[in-house]
Amino acid sequence: MSEKKKLVIGVIGADVHAVGIQILNHAFEAAGFDVTNLGVMVSQEEFIAAATETAADAILVSSLYGHGELDCRGLREKCDEAGLKDILLYVGGNIVVGKQPFNEVEARFKKMGYNRVFGPGTAPEETIAALNEDLK
Amino acid sequence: MKPILMIDFGSTNTKVTAVDLDEQKVLGTAASYTTVQTDVNDGLNNALKLLSEKIGDLEYEHRYACSSAAGGLKMISCGLVPELTAEAARQASLGAGAKVMKVYSYQMTEDDAEEIQQLKPDIFLLTGGTDGGNKENIIENAKILAQIPLDFPIIIAGNRTAARTCEKILTEAGKNVKVCENVMPKFNQLNIGPAQDVIREVFLDRIIKAKGLSKASQLISGIMMPTPAAVLAAMELLSKGTENQPGWGELVAVDVGGATTDIYSMTEGLPERTNTVLKGLPEPYAKRTVEGDIGMRYSANGIVEAGGLANVCRLSGLSEDRVCELMELITTHTDTMPTTEELRNLDFALASLAIKTGVTRHAGTLEKVYTPLGEAYAQTGKDLSRVDKVVITGGSLIHVDTVDKIAAHALYDMKEPGSLKPQRFEVLVDKQYILSAMGLLSQYEPDIALNIMKKELKSYGIAE
Ligand code: B12
Repeated sequence: MSEKKKLVIGVIGADVHAVGIQILNHAFEAAGFDVTNLGVMVSQEEFIAAATETAADAILVSSLYGHGELDCRGLREKCDEAGLKDILLYVGGNIVVGKQPFNEVEARFKKMGYNRVFGPGTAPEETIAALNEDLK
Repeated sequence: MKPILMIDFGSTNTKVTAVDLDEQKVLGTAASYTTVQTDVNDGLNNALKLLSEKIGDLEYEHRYACSSAAGGLKMISCGLVPELTAEAARQASLGAGAKVMKVYSYQMTEDDAEEIQQLKPDIFLLTGGTDGGNKENIIENAKILAQIPLDFPIIIAGNRTAARTCEKILTEAGKNVKVCENVMPKFNQLNIGPAQDVIREVFLDRIIKAKGLSKASQLISGIMMPTPAAVLAAMELLSKGTENQPGWGELVAVDVGGATTDIYSMTEGLPERTNTVLKGLPEPYAKRTVEGDIGMRYSANGIVEAGGLANVCRLSGLSEDRVCELMELITTHTDTMPTTEELRNLDFALASLAIKTGVTRHAGTLEKVYTPLGEAYAQTGKDLSRVDKVVITGGSLIHVDTVDKIAAHALYDMKEPGSLKPQRFEVLVDKQYILSAMGLLSQYEPDIALNIMKKELKSYGIAE
């Protein structure tokens, strides 16, 4: 079977912004990843269930509507609980309300257990480079 | 005339149905009481005798049979995540007509192994992981199964990259193993057909013999399948039609038995509205669920528990004390027939609540989610709201003259707006109790089976 690295991606919470995740799906597949795209309105439990069955190497959480901070809290702990120890967690999009200094936002999400945090307008190439480095 | 015979070996009854292929009609039906002790052949011979008293001695060109005798096809399955592969494994087993005794998820334990040993399944379905996904879990579970000193066949339908390893572990332990395609090859992709084919094969090879049906099977020219699988086949045919004639489209069928209630739905059940997101596993077009705690006699207490004593009293017009007394009677004497007015009223209430509970559990749910932009909806399971036909079968209901009022309890209820039950439907009753026979016939003569069902299912009007 594939030696491809496996990603689970989706838009967390009650967020319905469907375009960005579609673009990421195509970009990651083109870059040689095996992608399970959960689409929009994805709960933490669904991320974990999908990552468990597919034995994913990373979970990439997207949030655009401003409630990312609430939605993303606790995912790392639940992953630990579910036996997904040390799985790579990324988050990106418009993850907080309005414009806030990115380094502060990044620090808060890192504290929540996310390995990398990407700001608005991040190009897929940047994420792919990061994945290639982290999943070597 | 070209008569053929369909036989349904049940746990309490052996039913026979004679059909004339030339005239495309039912010649007659008969049933004979059987017990666990009775030899299945005695039951069959009795039923045949009764049948020939009605329609004379006929030379049957073929005899086809299905069976739910000796407890039906008992299965246990396991998967990884409860909502994913474990659920896919359950769907596969139910759709194959099995009685699902237990579904395990994640890693099974020594305690689970002991429980399995006590439950003595006919078949175990081992799944877990998408293809190329998680391997450890299914392999660990294979090791647990390897320790159980019983020889039930094990079907492996999980992560293909782990299948070989599992097969090796189990064959080395002396188990009878079959490997087939994954029930969930990719995330959220349901692929239960291959596992169901293997379940059918194993059922034919082994289970028939083990259940003492092999003697009878010498008389039988065609497939034995579990009875629920036959009913499912009949309903799918009735819904989809054949290449020569259309079916009746989307429908629901309900079979309220003494111990369990089976619900079948034939529909994609996709969301109605565009602002609805579908959650959970995709649903099979032909879906079966079984409520093990809902039945008219052995499981009558389960109906009261689920439906509420107050509702039983309201629907039956009996006092609480009287309901309790009669409940005691029918659950200890499970062969009690509704011979008095009171018992008929109680049965009316029980059947109504059995249908309500069964269909509610089978139907999908719609949940409102509030987003900053406004309302959106999340649907889990099948939307049955547009399904416009409900077929009623099962010995306890088909002869009751209030069957239309009972069936109406499958309707959408404003008090539970999130439950996606049918909003308006025609009630169709399997008066002659022929659905399993038509499911068998559908394997050979689908057009004839379809014609007969269209003729024999009697309309009892519209419920809305
Ligand atoms: C189209 C749109 C909508 C549409 C969505 C239609 C649909 N089904 O997709 C509708 C009208 C429904 C909508 C609704 C809302 N929206 Co709107 N929407 C937009 C808009 C204009 C474009 C989004 C888009 O598709 N962009 C194109 C894609 C390609 O880019 P992207 O989504 O940003 O994704 C890329 C990157 O961000 C990145 N990325 C995304 N996720 C991740 C994850 C990881 C891990 C990584 C590495 C990278 C990454 O990669 C993607 C591809 O390049 C944006 C503004 C904007 N110009 O971005 C606002 C915007 C996202 N919406 C916003 C808001 C506030 C809302 C509403 C709350 C409005 C309201 N008050 O009701 C609702 C929320 C509804 C809900 N429950 O989700 C705000 C969010 C503000 C914030 N976070 O503080 C924005 C930024 C507009 C604004 N400036 O105010 N919206």
